[in-house]
Amino acid sequence: MITTLKEAVAEHVHDGDTLALEGFTHLIPHAAGHEIIRQGRRNLHLIRMTPDLVYDQLIGSGCVAKLTFSWGGNPGVGSLQRFRDAVENEWPHALEIEEHSHAGMATRYAAGAAGLPFGVLRGYIGTDLPKHTSTIKTVECPFTGEVLAAVPAINPDVGIIHAQRADRAGNVQIWGLLGVQKEAVLASTRSIITVEEIVDELPQVPGAIVLPSWVLSAVCHVPNGAHPSFAMGFSVRDNAFYKAWDAISKDRDAFTSWIDKHVMGTANFSEYCESVGI
Amino acid sequence: MADYTTDELMIVNAARKLGALAAADKRQCFVGIGLPSTAANLARRLYPIEPVLIYESGCIDTKPTRLPLSIGDGELAETSDAVVSVPEIFAYWLQAGRIDIGFLSGAQLDKYANINSTVIGSYESPKTRLPGAGGAPEIAASAGAVMVIMRQSARAFVDRCDFRTSIGYGDGKGDRERFGLRGGGPKWVITDLAMMEPDPDTCELVVVALHPNVTREQVVGATGWDVRFADDLATTDEPTDVELGTLRTLQAA
Repeated sequence: MITTLKEAVAEHVHDGDTLALEGFTHLIPHAAGHEIIRQGRRNLHLIRMTPDLVYDQLIGSGCVAKLTFSWGGNPGVGSLQRFRDAVENEWPHALEIEEHSHAGMATRYAAGAAGLPFGVLRGYIGTDLPKHTSTIKTVECPFTGEVLAAVPAINPDVGIIHAQRADRAGNVQIWGLLGVQKEAVLASTRSIITVEEIVDELPQVPGAIVLPSWVLSAVCHVPNGAHPSFAMGFSVRDNAFYKAWDAISKDRDAFTSWIDKHVMGTANFSEYCESVGI
Repeated sequence: MADYTTDELMIVNAARKLGALAAADKRQCFVGIGLPSTAANLARRLYPIEPVLIYESGCIDTKPTRLPLSIGDGELAETSDAVVSVPEIFAYWLQAGRIDIGFLSGAQLDKYANINSTVIGSYESPKTRLPGAGGAPEIAASAGAVMVIMRQSARAFVDRCDFRTSIGYGDGKGDRERFGLRGGGPKWVITDLAMMEPDPDTCELVVVALHPNVTREQVVGATGWDVRFADDLATTDEPTDVELGTLRTLQAA
């Protein structure tokens, strides 16, 4: 249950897997993304509402064949440059995309967590998304006759999240912006959780949820493992890094040198932190 | 009167509109990041009856002391009355009709106030790949009314969007009803040149006010359709020292 991130990725993440690394601005599992790049996984189908820098790095590193998402930008900064380069210029190779809205993705994860084949919502009507995304259909309510959007459940092979803490048995505690992490983990066949700290006993925290160890596959102690995202109670969002990423990622060579130096050139996340000076 | 930028003029006018809506008990505002977030936080500081700010990260009635860079900065969660999950914010709060005002921006806006934030060019081989939909399609569909804030140019204000990410009035009057949308649709478009509102008969956006020192010709040149002006075309008030000072303090924090 409690293991190193290196061992967890080696055991649970395989070439061709469907992965969801979730975290809505908060608690984005960057350390896990780096370890997947280090271990050279290929042909992955990545799912995530807001692809963010973590997927920009995986896409630019050539790990990804398909992306299912709802908003692919660098929040408050602009474009995700590696994502754009893959879609516009097929660099480093072509990227298949499956595009939804946030409400649709949230509904898909919730259906996946609930063991349902699909979810319903009032969504997408009047937009061009259904013309290009085959996983948006409609269903008629059997009670009222209302026509609603229907979207299939998401059930990733592996759900990966970062959280504040775990106890020694591997029960995981999360608080603050919860995003869609609980749903992503419960919808997945296997799961990897990185945590800020491991404690003897989980203290009570207002608004916190606990994911019991028996629904998780691996728990890994990776302090600051969300950086440049953050863990409420432990760190703040490194907005300067998000702004700096724009220049690093805009140029293919600058990006590749950055990955070579800070990710491929380091053995684990603590070496990465030293390497980038955080 | 202090000098001001056209962006400041746009943000101040959006904040005034939110303040007026809050005073009329239309307070619950679902806020997009960027210009909407700046204007909404300015309105909170300017008016005794504040808008209630709701972000898609799950923050309800958040009162940040500084402007967030993203919709999920820790500051938003720490200053919220409630923090809920993402499935909950969209299903229980937006979809269920608890939002008065959806506050959006985009890359393209067309004459029926449809918004594009997906691609410039064709979807299959885009000239520019934009971030995509995010929360906007359902905000545009379900919020009681929608306010749009965007810098105006002929490239951005187009006859028809390259991609319809979020629906305004579709192809004209009656489309929202035909689609069964519960929200009221875009009621106000605020730009760095002017204020627009949909014509009640056609739903086409019409210029209802110009900002100080802006000419009709400037607006025509910055609009990609044959834009019309209201008969009683107004001029917006100059920003006050209080409005500008509050905005600058907010942006410097």
